[in-house]
Amino acid sequence: MNRTDVIVIGAGHSGLAMSARLAAHSVEHVVFERGEVANSWRHERWDSLRLLTPNWQSRLPGYRFDGPPDGFMTMPEVIQFIDRYAAFVGAPVRTGVNVTSVRQDGDGFRVMTQGGEWRCRAVVMASGAHGIPNVPALAASLPASVKTLTARDYKHPGQIDDAGVLIVGASATGLQLADELRASGREVTLAVGEHIRMPRVYRGRDIQWWLYVAGILDQRFDAVEDLVRARRVPSPQLIGTPERATLDLNALTDRGVQVVGRLVGIDGRRLQFSGTLRNECAMADLKLGRMLDNFDALADASSVGDMLGTPQRYAATRIDESPRLAIDLARERIGTVIWATGFRPDFSFLQLPAFDHKGRLRHHGGIVDVPGLYVLGLNFMRRRKSSFIHGAEDDVRDLGAHLAAWLEDSSNVVPLRARHARRAANSRG
Amino acid sequence: MKQTIQAVDNGVNVEALLGARQALTDTPEAAQFKWRATCSWVRGTHSRSTVQSFFGLGSEQSHNTEFKYDADHPAIFASEDKGATPVEYVLVGLASCLTAGIAAVAQNRKIQLRSVKATLEAGMDLQGILGIDSEVRNGFSGIKVVYDIDADATKEEIASLVAQSQRRSAVFDIVTNPTNVSVEVR
Repeated sequence: MNRTDVIVIGAGHSGLAMSARLAAHSVEHVVFERGEVANSWRHERWDSLRLLTPNWQSRLPGYRFDGPPDGFMTMPEVIQFIDRYAAFVGAPVRTGVNVTSVRQDGDGFRVMTQGGEWRCRAVVMASGAHGIPNVPALAASLPASVKTLTARDYKHPGQIDDAGVLIVGASATGLQLADELRASGREVTLAVGEHIRMPRVYRGRDIQWWLYVAGILDQRFDAVEDLVRARRVPSPQLIGTPERATLDLNALTDRGVQVVGRLVGIDGRRLQFSGTLRNECAMADLKLGRMLDNFDALADASSVGDMLGTPQRYAATRIDESPRLAIDLARERIGTVIWATGFRPDFSFLQLPAFDHKGRLRHHGGIVDVPGLYVLGLNFMRRRKSSFIHGAEDDVRDLGAHLAAWLEDSSNVVPLRARHARRAANSRG
Repeated sequence: MKQTIQAVDNGVNVEALLGARQALTDTPEAAQFKWRATCSWVRGTHSRSTVQSFFGLGSEQSHNTEFKYDADHPAIFASEDKGATPVEYVLVGLASCLTAGIAAVAQNRKIQLRSVKATLEAGMDLQGILGIDSEVRNGFSGIKVVYDIDADATKEEIASLVAQSQRRSAVFDIVTNPTNVSVEVR
């Protein structure tokens, strides 16, 4: 049996940043990675994707990306960035090690991998928030003649038949795929439910700058009124392009994308869409207006207000008088349905009582309800920015300190030195 | 001069609603409700429906009194016009659900309402129910709801009240999204 103090699962930006913190606390640990460093960025993203955060924001503890500050990293750049960070921090990464189960074992954990069995005192799950694509249950009712894929399977338009495409979901992913597939000449229908509308640039500054200076990115999980709701808020409709373009429903409508309501039913070849589209768009427009009002008030109260562009308001989302409520797949020649309906983390390896009645991990800002177990990178986990690359820094500092203190707490476990002595005695015996 | 700050009161007990929300989050089984109605044919297209009992919070519940609703069709349908048409009851249900929601959301957002008035109109092509054209659906081709609201709030805040009320409305959901309906004879 192999032993270490802490096992970190996942060598993405979060796992590596945590590894650096553990090293700073002199905590013995190992990082298990099912594939390669930055695995999901290498294999589970589409080719044209760029980060939604500008380069000036793309930083990890003690490390920043050396590129034009207002640009957006391509996937090869992200992979190289994380690869170099792994080397920079000298993380003890073991690649190609898939964790198959984590169980309680006395005062610690037993971690099973394909490469053998480990015993440790604490586990940090840094395998990301995008483990499993969310596919609605009604997907099972689609006729077999229709090809389906998730946003994780999508790489480029060449994968898709020339026939029409229905994209379900209108957050950043759904809008970007709709735009790319429409530009490739395909007929695209986009099913739109609740969404968050944002311009890329407002008054000359990236929207992420505004979210940062308004303190929104740093909002803490224990300071919001309805955390369950805050964690469920869809990701904003954004795209990262060298032109710093805004991508919204009006832009897609102008380019010939057909916008319909949320997909709510499948009856043979007939798809049914919700009649709530108008209200969903009205809510997104109102929310955008309130956000910009707040930003303008912030600018007025600050000395940098004069250095910004002039305030602006955006045209309301244009929706047909009577948006389509039903589409016949065959008649409209829709051959492919893409689920851009979000992801959920994969904790299926966790054989511990750590879940609520809906199967969600029970944790308090990343400190799981099982002592010694921690998680990273989830949506609004400790702060609104927790799921961003730049969000790792504050979270690993907090959780790294918590973890180190927990290990040191002699009332929890046999003190470190005594344990080492015992281990040495055992190995001699 | 002494100024008094009037507390916002729309007659909605928000604390009780928020308390119920918390209680039902902790005990999801108590959140399972059943709503009921009965309907008896009177004569012609005239029927009388009643509403009294319902199930919720884990046990049988009841309105204080039995409510009665006559439904019929107007004279131009060769009916005796003893009550509103069933489709008008749908509009009543939608309007009263959205309006109740507006009051609750306003109370929660500390917005004093002075008057709230909804005017509804639903289009219908009778070629559907009369079986003249199979392409035409039986139901509404669309529903238009117009609110006139007088409140201590900006235009945007009022629009936001109305939008949030739609998002949390049961009847809005029922009319905008499909629902399985089973009708049996015993």
